[in-house]
Amino acid sequence: MKQTASIISTYSADVMGVCSALFELGGMTIMHDASGCNSTYTTHEETRWYDMDSRVYISGISEIEAIMGDDEKLIGDIEDAASELHPAFIAIAGTPIPTMVGFDFEAVAEVIEMRTGIPTFGFPTTGMNTYIHGASMALGGIAERFVEAPEEDPEPLEGRKLRVNILGLTPLDFSVNGQDGSIVRWLEDEGFEVVSRWAMGSTLDEIRRSAQADVNLVVSAAGYGAARVLFERFGMPYAIGVPAGNELPGLLADLIRIKVQEFRNDGQNSATFESREISIDSGVFLDGSTGRDGSTYEQGFAAVIGEGVSSLSIASSIEMECGIPAKVLCATECPEDILRECDRMTPDEDDIIPELHGAAYVIADPLYKPIVPQGAKFIPLPSEAFSGRIYRDEIPDLIKDFNWLIQQL
Amino acid sequence: MLKKVYEKESGSVVPGVRVADAAFPAPFKSGLEYSSPARGTWNIVHTGMLIPEAHEIFVCAAGCLRGVVLTAAEMGTTDRVSTVAVRENNLLDGDMEDLVIEGVSDIIGKLPHRPPAVLVYTSCVHHFTGVDLEMIYARLRERFPDIDFTDCYMNPIMRKSGLTPDQLMRSRLYMLLHERPLDPRAAAIIGNDIPAQEDSDLVQLLRAAGFRIHEITSCRNYEEYQEMAESSFYISYNPDAAPGGDMLAERLGGTHHYLRFSFDPDEIDAEFSKLAEVLSAASANVFDALADIRTRGREASAAAIRETRELIGDTPVTIDYTFCPRPLGLARFLLDNGFNVVRVYLDGIPGADKPDFEYLRENYPDLMLHPTVHTGMRFANTENRQAADQELVLAVGQKAAYFENTDHFVNVVEGGGMTGYEAITHTLELMRDAYLHTQEMRELVQIKGLGCEVCLH
Repeated sequence: MKQTASIISTYSADVMGVCSALFELGGMTIMHDASGCNSTYTTHEETRWYDMDSRVYISGISEIEAIMGDDEKLIGDIEDAASELHPAFIAIAGTPIPTMVGFDFEAVAEVIEMRTGIPTFGFPTTGMNTYIHGASMALGGIAERFVEAPEEDPEPLEGRKLRVNILGLTPLDFSVNGQDGSIVRWLEDEGFEVVSRWAMGSTLDEIRRSAQADVNLVVSAAGYGAARVLFERFGMPYAIGVPAGNELPGLLADLIRIKVQEFRNDGQNSATFESREISIDSGVFLDGSTGRDGSTYEQGFAAVIGEGVSSLSIASSIEMECGIPAKVLCATECPEDILRECDRMTPDEDDIIPELHGAAYVIADPLYKPIVPQGAKFIPLPSEAFSGRIYRDEIPDLIKDFNWLIQQL
Repeated sequence: MLKKVYEKESGSVVPGVRVADAAFPAPFKSGLEYSSPARGTWNIVHTGMLIPEAHEIFVCAAGCLRGVVLTAAEMGTTDRVSTVAVRENNLLDGDMEDLVIEGVSDIIGKLPHRPPAVLVYTSCVHHFTGVDLEMIYARLRERFPDIDFTDCYMNPIMRKSGLTPDQLMRSRLYMLLHERPLDPRAAAIIGNDIPAQEDSDLVQLLRAAGFRIHEITSCRNYEEYQEMAESSFYISYNPDAAPGGDMLAERLGGTHHYLRFSFDPDEIDAEFSKLAEVLSAASANVFDALADIRTRGREASAAAIRETRELIGDTPVTIDYTFCPRPLGLARFLLDNGFNVVRVYLDGIPGADKPDFEYLRENYPDLMLHPTVHTGMRFANTENRQAADQELVLAVGQKAAYFENTDHFVNVVEGGGMTGYEAITHTLELMRDAYLHTQEMRELVQIKGLGCEVCLH
C-alpha cells in the first residue's frame, strides 16, 4: 500500500498513451486536465512533437469548473477548436480530477459529436495506470469506429502473400530509431504484406483498410485493445511478439503462416479471442532444467524489466540463444496469460527489488540501475516509456540486430 | 508605422491581435491549450531543489509523477526526489492520509542519508478529497523530529484561483528557515530561480551600501541556507516571489520590499529610490551609492542603445513573456528607442504592464500580440519556417524564438537575474550577440529549467 519509489522513475501514464497512439492519425486529442500533463507529454513522451503538427491539447480545467461540473466549458472549447482545425476525429482522455468528479466521458463525447458532426471518443483514463492501458483503449476505439468492413468475402490465402496489421506501435516502446521500419522489413522479408501500422507510419485511411489483413501482429500490449475489437468485428486472429532475436522471429513467422491457414480452415463458429492467439511457447527452463553454468530462474538468471510483450520476446530469445533462464518483470499492464510461470507483474519498486535477488543480468532502462543488486551485470535497454528522452540516442534496434544484446550476456 | 515582416499564408490559424484592438488583461479567449516545446522556464521540482540537501517527495497520480521524476532525472538529481503513487483505490478507500504518512516514512527509511529537510508535495486529489494536511505534517514531525518538513503543492487546478502554484512554491522556499537574531547589515534577495547578476544594480547597491547578501541560489548546504534567516531585509523583484516575501516578513520579522522590475529609466530611478529609502534604516551611504550607480547606469545604457540600434537597425524584433516579468515594458522601451519590435507573445497582460499596454495602444497600435497556448499556435513554427529562411528575425526569449523559428535569439528566462540599468545594458548586449551569432534554437529551448545547474552544489 506504500506505493513508493524512493529511487526509480515511473512509466508514462494512460492519458499519454492515448495521445501517443493517436498522434499520427489526424485527430485532435484533449487531455482533460488542469495543466502539467501537456508539458510532460510534449517534453518527455512525444519525440515527434517538434516535427509533426499533431493537435494535442489540454482542457485547462479550473477548480471552479471541476466543482461546479461545468462540462459546457470543455464542450464549447472543443467545438471552437474543431471548427478552426477540422480534425478527423476528437478524443478526450481523462486525468485524476475528471475521475474524481465523475466526469461522464461517454456522454460528453456524444454531445460533442452531435454538435460538431466529428466522430468523438471519450476515453476514461485516470492518469493512474500506465500508457499501455490508454494506448490500448485508444487503438481499440479506432478499430471500433474507423476500420471498414471488407466488401467481399475473405480472399483465399492460396497464391498470395498473407496480409498483416501491426498493432501497438508507439514511440513509447519503439522510439523513432527505425524499429518500426525493422518490423515492417522483417515481415516483408518473410513474405508478408503489411496493410497498416497502428499507429506509426500509417494514415487513418490506411488504418481504415485494416480488415483487408489476414492477421494482426501485436507488438506491445498497447495493441491488445485493437486486436480484440478486430477479432470481434472481423474474426481476425492475432500473433503476439516482437521479432527480436535470431531464431524466434523465424519461428513466429512460420507459426503465423500455419495458424492463419488452420484458423481459416476451421471457420469462425466457435472461436474465442483467446483461441485465435498465435504465440511461441517459451520458457525453456520451466521444466526445472538448468541453464548455462547451472543457472535457474532463482539464481544466475537474466531479468528483463519492461513492457510485457517486448520483454517476453527478448527473454525468450535469450533463453533460446544463450541458454540462460530469463524472466520478465512486467511493470506495465499486460494480459496475464501471455506471461509464463517464471514471470512477474511488478508495478512498484518494492515488487521489483526482491525479484532481482539472484540475477546475474538485469536488462532494463538505465533509470532502474540504482536498484540492481551488486554482482548482477546491468545491461541498459532504454525505453522512452520510462526514461523519456534522456537516453533516446542509446536505444538499440534489437529487431535489426539482436546480437548487440547477446554479446553482453 | 510598423513594418510588416511577412505575410501570413491565407487560411492561417495562428491567432494574433493588434495591441490597439486587444483587451486588458486577457487579450485572447481562454480555451484548449497548446504546449510549445520551449522549456526553459523552471518548474516546482527545479525550484524545490534550490534548498540545499533537501529531499522532495511527491504524492500524486502516476501521470503527474512522470514529469517530476524525469525533471529530476534530466537534472541528475534522482537521488533527491522520491514518489508515492496515488491509485484509484486510494480515492475510494479514503486512506489518503495514511498513504502520505506511511509512504513518506517508508521513503525516509530507505534513503541512504537522513535529509535535513523534506518537501512533501501533495496534489489536486488531496485538495479535492479534503485531506487533513495539518494532521499529516504533525504526524510526520512527530515521527521525524530531526527533519524539517514543509508543505508544497502540485495542484495546477488552483492556477486560476488564489495564489498560483508558482507563487506558492516560491513562498515555500523560505518556510524552513529557523528564526534567529536579525542582522541589520544582512539582506536576502528572495524568490529567484536565476541568481541575481553580480553586476546588476541591486547587487551593486547592496554591496556598496555595506550589506551582506544572502540568496538561496548561492547556498551550498543547509546551514548556509539557514543563515539567510539573519537577514533584516528581504528583497524580491520577481512578481511571483512577492507573496512569499510578505509571509517571510510576518514569520521572521524582517522587512520585505518588492522592487518592481522595469526597463523604463524613470521607473527604475523611482523604484530604486524607494528601495534606498527602506535600506537607509541600516545604511547611511545607500543614497550616495545609488546616485553613483544611477549615473553610471544612465551613461552605459545610452551608449548601449546607440550601439545596438546601429548594429541591428530595422531588424524585426519579437519578445515573449518568459524573457522577463515586463514583456510589454521591454517592447515599449525598444520601440521608443527606435527598434522595430513587431510581435509580443503573451497569454495575459500582467498588472504591472498595464501602463505600458495603454502606452503601446496609443503610440504603436499596430504592434501585434500573439498568445502562446492558443490551439492555433501549434502551427506557428511551421508557418514561419519559410519566412525565417528569407529574413532575419531577432527573438528575445525562447518561446518567441520557437514561434519565429529563428536561431537568432536571446536565451534567457525570468529576467536572467538582471535589475535596473544593468537590465537595459545587458539585454541590449544579448540582442547584439543574438543578431551577430546563431544558436541551436531547437536543441537549446527544449532543455528544461534553463540554468538549473545552480541547484547542483
